[in-house]
Amino acid sequence: MFTYVLYALAGGGLLVSFVKDRGKTKMALKKAWKSFENILPQFLAILIIIGLALSILSPETITMLMGTRSGVFGVLGAALIGSITLIPGFVAFPLAAALLKNGAGYMQIAAFVSTLMMVGVVTLPLEIKTFGKRATLIRNVAAFVFSLLAALVIGVVL
Amino acid sequence: MKELFKRYRVFLALLAVNVVVGLTLPEIGAKSFELTRNNLLEMISVIPPIFVLLGLLDVWVDRATMIRYTGKRSGLKGVLIAFLLGSAAAGPLYAAFPVAAVMLKKGSSLFNVFIFIGAWSTTKIPLLTFEAASLGLTFTLTRLMLSIIGIVLIAATADSLLTSGQQQEIYDLNRN
Repeated sequence: MFTYVLYALAGGGLLVSFVKDRGKTKMALKKAWKSFENILPQFLAILIIIGLALSILSPETITMLMGTRSGVFGVLGAALIGSITLIPGFVAFPLAAALLKNGAGYMQIAAFVSTLMMVGVVTLPLEIKTFGKRATLIRNVAAFVFSLLAALVIGVVL
Repeated sequence: MKELFKRYRVFLALLAVNVVVGLTLPEIGAKSFELTRNNLLEMISVIPPIFVLLGLLDVWVDRATMIRYTGKRSGLKGVLIAFLLGSAAAGPLYAAFPVAAVMLKKGSSLFNVFIFIGAWSTTKIPLLTFEAASLGLTFTLTRLMLSIIGIVLIAATADSLLTSGQQQEIYDLNRN
């Protein structure tokens, strides 16, 4: 649904841009392609890594890891899994809901969801391209620590 | 041609690994190819408008405007704009980095770019509605409130742990 809004925005933007200045519009499209081609090699590599990781680390395995262990280790495990894997939201949330049903606690789920979104181990090469090593490391470590704290709070609140 | 091969060598090596896995463990191999294909299709459907908008942003928004709205002296307004830009996005976090690169090139402050990245990663509106549907409103709202605090804290941490020289290096990375 939201993707259509983005397409409408991009399409509308292109149209307005084209009416105003054809040369600039052509340049915009060139830059769009250049930015995309710039990340394409890493991007394709990441897709394969995710495919391999998720075929080995099946939802059943994840459920086992997070569902049977509880407490601090469960939270840490959930946070590590969330950091390493990269699952699109529309897969991750139903998975998280299933995990809850299968006995995982809110704390583990919060750690999993939060690191899944904020920490990206497989996408580090892409992030380093824009932010350099140091800033990338700082952001990911800070996001990891924050996710653990957030999980703690959610575990207490819910 | 050689240059092209060099750029894609990691991808080609991984592809080879996947083929080997597929031959030795057909079940896992087939599953991973299917996952890769699905992810690729998802990306192809979400990513084009993001990059078109990025191109338009690059061409039409000049440096002075970007600095005025999201630069070092843009204050709370700059933070809010960065936050809203990130939240209005769709697509995976890695699509945010090229957009961040354009923002940096045009003179956004590093703090605001980190806010943008934080918002993109965790407070995207379409994702929030989905989270609420799957995990409940209480869970989602609690996490959202915590995330907003977290985004600011993470941005502030990153910003303060980088010396001005290191910050300059990041700007240099995105000069192109």
